[in-house]
Amino acid sequence: MLDILRQPWSWYASGAAIAFIMLILLYFGKSFGVSANLRTMCTIAGAGKRVKFFDFDWRSQKWNLLFLLGSVLGGYIASTLLKSDQPLQLSNATIHDLQGLGIHFDGQLNPAQIFGLDFISTPKGIMVLLFGGALVGFGARYAGGCTSGHAISGLSNLQLPSLIAVIGFFIGGLAMTYFILPLIF
Amino acid sequence: MKGLKFILSGLVFGVIMAKSEAISWYRIQEMFRFQSFHMYGIIGTAVILGVAIVYLIKKFKIRDFQGNPILFQDKDKSWKRYLIGGSIFGLGWALTGACPGPMFVNVGYGYYTMLVVIFGSLIGTYLYGLIKHKLPH
Repeated sequence: MLDILRQPWSWYASGAAIAFIMLILLYFGKSFGVSANLRTMCTIAGAGKRVKFFDFDWRSQKWNLLFLLGSVLGGYIASTLLKSDQPLQLSNATIHDLQGLGIHFDGQLNPAQIFGLDFISTPKGIMVLLFGGALVGFGARYAGGCTSGHAISGLSNLQLPSLIAVIGFFIGGLAMTYFILPLIF
Repeated sequence: MKGLKFILSGLVFGVIMAKSEAISWYRIQEMFRFQSFHMYGIIGTAVILGVAIVYLIKKFKIRDFQGNPILFQDKDKSWKRYLIGGSIFGLGWALTGACPGPMFVNVGYGYYTMLVVIFGSLIGTYLYGLIKHKLPH
């Protein structure tokens, strides 16, 4: 059993498992959406005293913070007990394109060139990661949700706004991939 | 303990995100370059099953574990905030290769520099709250 779980998971098993997570949260009387936690964290840090948007009872979101804590533990288990010894099977076309940007594919989940300590100890590296994160946080709250809230929960409930948000995710994603990444790397 | 079920659900979610490689910067690049079906297969399967789940819950008026009706909130009818906000989100997603869930899963996986991305996302969230009233929604 563990051997099967250790393999990289197929897209259909993974997709079905995500739908199951959405279902189990609905059964618990909650709705699946991760980025709401970022707002909750701002509130806990005291942002509610200055900005009305953060002035709410964060305890109503305690369940979501626990979910997030669990997901960190899940990442840890995946990197230890369930770690796969095979390199990531990235498509050759992507390996080639990234090479053109000067990013070498190392078979891991994330490139050491972006997430390693060497890059982050440069001013450019810390700016890229901080700014990238800020875009995600700002955009998720502006759009009222992220991949889980819009692409999974929203589309499952046939919400047109969620479809518009997902189209937006791709407009931004494609612009970054094709126009901005070549300027950064 | 009431919170344990949420920790366990999150734990399973984290394992799924990592083992499906959806937390991989490389996989997100591959997706935005349309060079593999992998990410589309994951999200597509989740959405198709999700549509069926939501439909069945509504049709059979299924209740949650406490016996309360499961309600679905409609999103506000608008397009500006979704298109503009979504595009800003997409820029960050393609740059960092991580949306909010995977950021945290990656930290658990051992990519501690992702904490900087998380810190950035908190700054971004705060900034949104600060200038929310000036933005078109």
